[in-house]
Amino acid sequence: MELFGIFFAAFLVNNILLIRFLALCSFFGVSTKVETTYGMSFAVIFVMTIASAVSWLVYHFILGPFHLEFLRTAAFILTIAALVQLVELYLKKMVSGLYRAMGIYLPLITTNCAILAVAFLAIDYRYDFVQAMVYSLGVSSGYSLAIIMFAFVRERMMLAPIPKWFQGYPIAFITAALMSLAFLGFTGMFGL
Amino acid sequence: MSLWKNFNQGILKENPVLRLMIGLCPVLAVSNSAINALGMSAAVAFVLTCSNLVVAAIRRIVPDEIRIPIFIIIISTFVTISDYVMQAFTPDLYKALGVFVPLIVVNCIILGRAEAFAYRNPVLNSVLDGLGMSLGFTVALVSIGVIREVLGAGSVFGITLFNPAAAATIMILPPGAFITIGFLMAFLNKLENKVQ
Repeated sequence: MELFGIFFAAFLVNNILLIRFLALCSFFGVSTKVETTYGMSFAVIFVMTIASAVSWLVYHFILGPFHLEFLRTAAFILTIAALVQLVELYLKKMVSGLYRAMGIYLPLITTNCAILAVAFLAIDYRYDFVQAMVYSLGVSSGYSLAIIMFAFVRERMMLAPIPKWFQGYPIAFITAALMSLAFLGFTGMFGL
Repeated sequence: MSLWKNFNQGILKENPVLRLMIGLCPVLAVSNSAINALGMSAAVAFVLTCSNLVVAAIRRIVPDEIRIPIFIIIISTFVTISDYVMQAFTPDLYKALGVFVPLIVVNCIILGRAEAFAYRNPVLNSVLDGLGMSLGFTVALVSIGVIREVLGAGSVFGITLFNPAAAATIMILPPGAFITIGFLMAFLNKLENKVQ
């Protein structure tokens, strides 16, 4: 039940894109077509889960015992960057179908602040390993939900008559505001 | 003259937030009050200027192939410093900014300037570039913070302007950030069009 709460809090109540404002570059950058958001979402779920597992282990088994907690910023970002490279190499060689699906999104994800944020937050919330995994799964599913819905709206917006000054990014921000308003309605669910 | 240009272009012409659309996450997340916006800007300015300085100083001895990891180490050093300084001296502000302080390390503005400017230019120019870019970031962030605080809480920098009960609370909640920046960009588009 507790794990269920963690998942849904991360998935809906504190949606990473619309309520927590993380990973916005990709939210506005790759959401012009629905297909690309599928690839991006898939890659984020995959990398975020692995990255938070590895950084949790690094923090609790390397930084913790040696009292090096102050190095966590540097340690996490290097771990994640190296990990993404490794995953990319592995997928390219072994699972080329998957690699083609995620392809260009993998390197992009290294600089995605949500990945690093989830690693930090799992530590700040003092989650144990299983909780951290469920949390990162919830966050990345929330990311996918928001970005795919946003892409559907933006595709339809291409055909809509939009005032001249609002074309492009401004109207995208207003749309995001409306979606964020809808997600604000989840506040209070699961006692959060 | 060119030194002035280095300083100047970050403020309006290449304003990182409103023109280049980078470093958006902290802008939206911490602009719910003018004080938070100013605190975040100060942290970013410190990290950006110092990392520009160090990157420019060591640019001749850094091997080209591994420059990005080296930049990241330099940036994360300054981020850790500002993280701990804020935690010690301004605990309330630190609490309000939360995870966004350590996340300065992945702010595209900082790595972007290290790569695009400081790696290719002398120390003085790089420091000025860092200051100018920081000022541009500050202007964008604080103006969004002021707009949101006035409309959403009826105050500026904590000084009450009118009855908070009459304010639109939505503006200091997450949707308000998207609305404000959307309208600000539309306004800039209109302004730019008029100038031309």
